[in-house]
Amino acid sequence: MSSRKERVRGFITSMFFTDPGTVLGEDDSLLQLQIVDSTGFLELVGFLESEFGIKVDDEEMLPENLDTLACIDAFLERKLGAEAGR
Amino acid sequence: MVTLPPMDYASEVERIAGALRTATGRLRRRGLVVAMSGGIDSSVSAALAVRALGADQVLGLLLPERDSTLGDGSLGALLAHHLGIRFEHQDISPALSALGCYNSQQQVLQRVLPGYGDGWKFKLVISAAMGGRVSITRVVAEDPRGGRHEARLSAADYQQLVAATNFKQRVRKALEYYHADRLNYAVVGTPNRLEYDQGFFVKLGDGAADVKPIAHLYKTQVYGMARFLGLPEAITTTTPTTDTFSLAQGQDEFYFGLPYPQMDLVLWHVNEGRSASELAMALGCEVKEAEGHIAAVHAKRRTTAYLHLPPILAAEVPGIPAT
Repeated sequence: MSSRKERVRGFITSMFFTDPGTVLGEDDSLLQLQIVDSTGFLELVGFLESEFGIKVDDEEMLPENLDTLACIDAFLERKLGAEAGR
Repeated sequence: MVTLPPMDYASEVERIAGALRTATGRLRRRGLVVAMSGGIDSSVSAALAVRALGADQVLGLLLPERDSTLGDGSLGALLAHHLGIRFEHQDISPALSALGCYNSQQQVLQRVLPGYGDGWKFKLVISAAMGGRVSITRVVAEDPRGGRHEARLSAADYQQLVAATNFKQRVRKALEYYHADRLNYAVVGTPNRLEYDQGFFVKLGDGAADVKPIAHLYKTQVYGMARFLGLPEAITTTTPTTDTFSLAQGQDEFYFGLPYPQMDLVLWHVNEGRSASELAMALGCEVKEAEGHIAAVHAKRRTTAYLHLPPILAAEVPGIPAT
């Protein structure tokens, strides 16, 4: 588990309501488990932008980028790689 | 386009009038207060209040503020004259200024839209994100020369803007209860079914009331009832707006994502247990899109459930019935 993924997990579990004792799995859907709502996704995106220095465009706000820890980590990998290559 | 099943407006009007009379008696109040924006919902609610108790026992309130898109209260005054009821007019802009409503809005707008200042107008619009499964909010502004500016809001900015704007509904409600207390009247809440079901109201703002006569009526039925009741054409032909932001904003832009006739159909199909295929036929869209609309109805019910809840007590209080 990368520390990057841990930072995202820490943000989600500290900011959003999850049942006590629940461990958020890498492939758990934030939407299906109703952990994050519309405003919550804005908060999540704001966190990713400030914590990792990226800019998330509207068209990148997709389930395949943001719905699970694994998706978010892969998305960050692509974004950070692309921005480092500029 | 497919529409809702027809309603017998004559008997429904009598049924609601009876319910309003019963409620007023049960609450031991002598009349009803209705804040009238000039929009269709409050106009129909006021007309029903008059049907229930007579014009002498209904007080209309016209409570515009500087961003009211329905004007300065003149539509409400037109309705009050039409119904033959007393009314009070009070511009709530000074109260909102004193509370910091406009300043708080402006702080956010100047942060996200460089140059925002006097003469600008703004509104919030939603757009689909996460493949249509959640909504994100953007601010759209017009500068004094007509130039258009747009920005996505952060969660903190969005919440500050909404919190500041909610002063409007809460100040109006404070005045409604001032007059209700003064006259020993009850306060009429005016949400239609879309608003009530989908949580499109401000808790302890327009969501607060003693009786809500049209919360079970779809928006198209409210329009139908307005025509049945013979309300002035200036009211029955007005396009619904939120009447909340300085730039005219349709309710579909801000909250529902669909114009109200289609949104009525979505909610009706959900309530009647109809399938996404049937809804797709009614809307003339793909089944996948209809599934998205149905999912959105359930999602809004979940996320706004707390708006309907009374305060939660840590323990039962004997002698006081649980609400």
